[in-house]
Amino acid sequence: QLYYQVLNFAMIVSSALMIWKGLIVVTGSESPIVVVLSGSMEPAFHRGDLLFLTNFHDDPIRAGEIVVFKVEGRDIPIVHRVIKIHEKENGDIKFLTKGDNNEVDDRGLYKEGQNWLEKKDVVGRARGFLPYVGMVTIIMNDYPKFKYALLAVMGAYVLLKRES
Amino acid sequence: FRKNVEDFTGPRERSDLGFVTFDITADILNGKKCIFDWNVKQLFVYLSVEYSTKNNALNQVVLWDKVILRGDNPKLFLKDMKSKYLFFDDGNGLKGNKNITFTLSWNVVPNAGILPLVTGSGHVSVPFPDTYEITKSY
Repeated sequence: QLYYQVLNFAMIVSSALMIWKGLIVVTGSESPIVVVLSGSMEPAFHRGDLLFLTNFHDDPIRAGEIVVFKVEGRDIPIVHRVIKIHEKENGDIKFLTKGDNNEVDDRGLYKEGQNWLEKKDVVGRARGFLPYVGMVTIIMNDYPKFKYALLAVMGAYVLLKRES
Repeated sequence: FRKNVEDFTGPRERSDLGFVTFDITADILNGKKCIFDWNVKQLFVYLSVEYSTKNNALNQVVLWDKVILRGDNPKLFLKDMKSKYLFFDDGNGLKGNKNITFTLSWNVVPNAGILPLVTGSGHVSVPFPDTYEITKSY
């Protein structure tokens, strides 16, 4: 009976992992779902909103699009809007971003001496969103005890569930 | 919608800087219906210019933007607006550029769901003059 329940639990975990990896492949983005961490895109997005991204290689980057990018050397994804692009004939593109709610563009956020972003810095383009849902991730980050409690509850539920 | 533009270029350091003033008359709809249906939280409207230079095959610069919240009027009637952001080129491609195309676009932000980017129909193309404006220094 215990063996069966452990197997059941393992199946659930590996299915979740498969779905996540599948999403990464289908969207072309290394992180197809991100949580908005700051208020720099208000009133459109607030801290805690969830964004769904795609990152298809042939999708051109155009002014007005909302992109999620990472500054070289930093791990934190930033969600801002593209306000300027300069693209060469061969497709090489450099662009500038700015948060809707910020007074100035993002040059202050880029690396020292870096004035433009390039395609390689982009994690994905925001295609859809759900409000509030991402708050769970933020709470789990700020209050690790909550994360452990949640995992304990989930584990207990799966292990105690009886197949009728 | 239409835009009227009065412009001149001025060099700063080594890149061209363009100055434009414009009027915007626009009515934002979803086909024939009101753009604000049950799932639209707000619109992020922006005016962008698109042009080609010797340096870069495609350039786009957002000159101005505005948030229209649900409940506000989706009609715009603005006169003598100045661009909110500096219109710098990557190089000196504005001087004598015959074709600077202005387009109004908007991002529809839903309460939940897909985030479409829509371009308004109608656009205006203007040329930049061949000479720089001399700015006085004090």
